[in-house]
Amino acid sequence: MIPGEFDYHSPRTLQEAVGLLQQHGDGAKIVAGGQSLIPAMRFRLALPEVLIDINTIDGLEYIREDDGHLMIGALTREADLEESALVQQKYHLLADAARVIADPVVRNRATVGGNLAHADPANDHPAVMLAYNAELIALGPNGTRAIPIDDFFVDLFENALADNEILTEIRIPTPGPGSGGAYYKVERKVGDYAISATAVQLTINGNTCTAARIGLTNVSAVPMRATGAEQALIGKQITDEVLEAAGQAAAAECDPSPDLRGSVAYKRDLTRVVIKRAIRQAVERAQGG
Amino acid sequence: MSKHTITLTVNGAEVTKEVEARTLLVHFIREDLDLTGTHIGCDTTSCGACTVMMNGRTVKSCTVFAVQANGAAIETIEGVANGAILHPLQEGFWEKHGLQCGYCTPGMIMSAKHLLAKNPNPTEEEIRWGISGNLCRCTGYNKIVEAIQYAAAKMAAAEEVPA
Repeated sequence: MIPGEFDYHSPRTLQEAVGLLQQHGDGAKIVAGGQSLIPAMRFRLALPEVLIDINTIDGLEYIREDDGHLMIGALTREADLEESALVQQKYHLLADAARVIADPVVRNRATVGGNLAHADPANDHPAVMLAYNAELIALGPNGTRAIPIDDFFVDLFENALADNEILTEIRIPTPGPGSGGAYYKVERKVGDYAISATAVQLTINGNTCTAARIGLTNVSAVPMRATGAEQALIGKQITDEVLEAAGQAAAAECDPSPDLRGSVAYKRDLTRVVIKRAIRQAVERAQGG
Repeated sequence: MSKHTITLTVNGAEVTKEVEARTLLVHFIREDLDLTGTHIGCDTTSCGACTVMMNGRTVKSCTVFAVQANGAAIETIEGVANGAILHPLQEGFWEKHGLQCGYCTPGMIMSAKHLLAKNPNPTEEEIRWGISGNLCRCTGYNKIVEAIQYAAAKMAAAEEVPA
């Protein structure tokens, strides 16, 4: 299938790209990896009049630590995330997710920024970044601003970026001592979206969970945190009963839609199971396991 | 409608053509360059039949615009053999019966080539992982895995022979 017609621009700088956005308004779309946008254009679900390709801008692909954060350039390919020694050593939740996003060929092209900016609750990075309490850096005509991840997802396929803003960087706070994270995804096959997946980042002090953030994938119209499940963990020792309480809280607070992947009841119960597995793995890692 | 002149190398040869912005790389390769070894399968970024190498990494060419390949180095299945001498992967697919209908084979070989470039001695699990973006509906994958193992062994042996 062939996409509709559009004008194509390949700016060399971010400023040039922002200028193009200002000029063309909401008829323009940014293309990064294009692994969601181009299929949508082929199906004519997306019909941008103007496509602004940021692949021609240098300096947007990097993974580095600075000032207590992991900084990820928005155009960083998922494959580079997957292969990053830094991510594998210190950011276990992110490393888990990087291996199960789409498939290896798609990951060579797909980007972290695109996965987030698409604001699709079926994508994996939204839940991951919710659990990490990441910050997203946007550039617009008036300079940059930081958007807390909790404010980024506005609606289905709708993010908090203005029409003239570009996502440039993702900042993840470096996990402190006693913290651990995990991503657990159940999918029908490699490359499919999750039936349900959970991202957990928590801190264990002594035997007590002192902090926890949990993101859920593909069980709501907007990427969501499982705050009820978080509350079930915080201040507690992670016993089987506490795990079950967190699982049941998540099953109750998620809001899945029935589709080919399963009924609402099935997805709720799967979420209960998946979140328990992710928490268990995160606790093991927090305790150095 | 915007049209663009692009220059890229395809299997080592430089090509300059005018393309519409909306032309997908796979259509450019098949229809403008007549390189029909690269196949179109699902059209939904799922099956990997259209997999080609772009700047040393595999991509699904149904999910890249040709205009985005401006300046890139593209390798397709037609560029894999060395003249009449088959690449060890092609030989492996032949010797180990790594195909039945053959539709997925060009994409499989490109993915396997990328895998072996990164990891010359993969385990069976790593091979299965490496080709997990490519679907085959005939073989059940066992013969494809064997073909890639054959190629890995042959390429490793060739490395050991002094020049």
